[in-house]
Amino acid sequence: MIIGQIQDGIVLDHITAGKGMQVYNILGLDSLDCSVALIKNADSVKMGKKDIIKIAQKMELDFDVLGYIDPGITVNIIENGAKVKREKLRLPERITGVIKCKNPRCITSTEQELTHEFYLADAQKQVYRCLYCESMAKND
Amino acid sequence: MRSLIDIKELTVKEIEDLITVAEDIIANPKKYSEVCHGKKLATLFFEPSTRTRLSFEAAMYELGGNVLGFSEAQSSSAAKGESVSDTAKTVSCYADIIAMRHPKEGAPLVASMRASVPVINAGDGGHNHPTQTLTDLLTIHREKGTFENLTIGLCGDLKFGRTVHSLISAMARYKGVKFVLISPEELRVPEYVVNEVLIPGGCDYVEVRSLEDHIGELDILYMTRVQRERFFNEQDYIRLKDTYILDTEKLKKAKEDLCIMHPLPRVNEIAVAVDDDPRACYFKQVLYGKYARMALIMKLLELEVK
Repeated sequence: MIIGQIQDGIVLDHITAGKGMQVYNILGLDSLDCSVALIKNADSVKMGKKDIIKIAQKMELDFDVLGYIDPGITVNIIENGAKVKREKLRLPERITGVIKCKNPRCITSTEQELTHEFYLADAQKQVYRCLYCESMAKND
Repeated sequence: MRSLIDIKELTVKEIEDLITVAEDIIANPKKYSEVCHGKKLATLFFEPSTRTRLSFEAAMYELGGNVLGFSEAQSSSAAKGESVSDTAKTVSCYADIIAMRHPKEGAPLVASMRASVPVINAGDGGHNHPTQTLTDLLTIHREKGTFENLTIGLCGDLKFGRTVHSLISAMARYKGVKFVLISPEELRVPEYVVNEVLIPGGCDYVEVRSLEDHIGELDILYMTRVQRERFFNEQDYIRLKDTYILDTEKLKKAKEDLCIMHPLPRVNEIAVAVDDDPRACYFKQVLYGKYARMALIMKLLELEVK
């Protein structure tokens, strides 16, 4: 399969195979008017298989959200057909308003106006915990 | 302005300072009898409590302050649907400091974010109970004179027992502490306590099933109640509730200076006959709780006695 190069935009590379659609949805890429390519299970020397997303325009990206979903993603910024910037993601210390606490005993289950907030408890195991009740978030 | 929601918010130095103040209050109660004159503590208890609420109230009265509040959600505007945030803002207008117990985990944290006065977490569901941990630490210090080089046995429900998790977090910071975690397989200490506290802290710990086999090596034995309300299945509760019963027979194998603790209330995990043993410290622990809370109220109100 051949997907052409983009002139100006963003390439999200090294997405863990199978997570491309999740990244697509969480970034709201369906609402863009430009060309967007989601390539699943592309061959990768390093990873065996990977997903890639190409976006044919520049946009603000929430690196914290991306880092939470898949910290291995590489963000490439493309200008005039050339890579001008490459950023590796890392796990964010805090995630706000992205995932919901599912613990029915948590105060967020009854006080609807509270923003759901998680903090990084164990970077090695990528464990996030609810700021309020410390329940573990599941990255799924 | 500072609150106390989780015992981990206090540094080792701050805990030592609190213990020092508490010890001084015990030695010189009169010196502290007016330190909170003109100050008010609001006890916002959205669920029932005997020890914690009365301990906070006694603590404030003994510091010369006053107390207002409620002891059940039904007698507050929570019954009309008022949020924790609004309650905290409202009570900030009346009181200088708040002690809050709430069945929802994280409620005191929410209160502390909205209140304009310090908030003390007096227990949020099965989550945190930092003043119980301060109580436990003061008891250990009073009975052992140190936090270092102690072998601490924690026995019973180590899975759901919030006091156990907090005490492990607090004691894991001291040198030479060994934990003997005694529980049935179903009530073992949660994996996160092992992975996020014991292993990173480089702590010495063992997980065992038998109290009899290990009681002889302990300096402190912290017994816990198997809590009926934590079980979905009544039969599981009935099967597990009497797994460990500390009686005078088992104590024969224990050290002469063992310190037996329990956060109370007990059901039958400590035989009543043990109460007369000089090693039983759990009622002294209740008393120490008041002094620990006195020291904490002073710290959060930034009050000192020269």
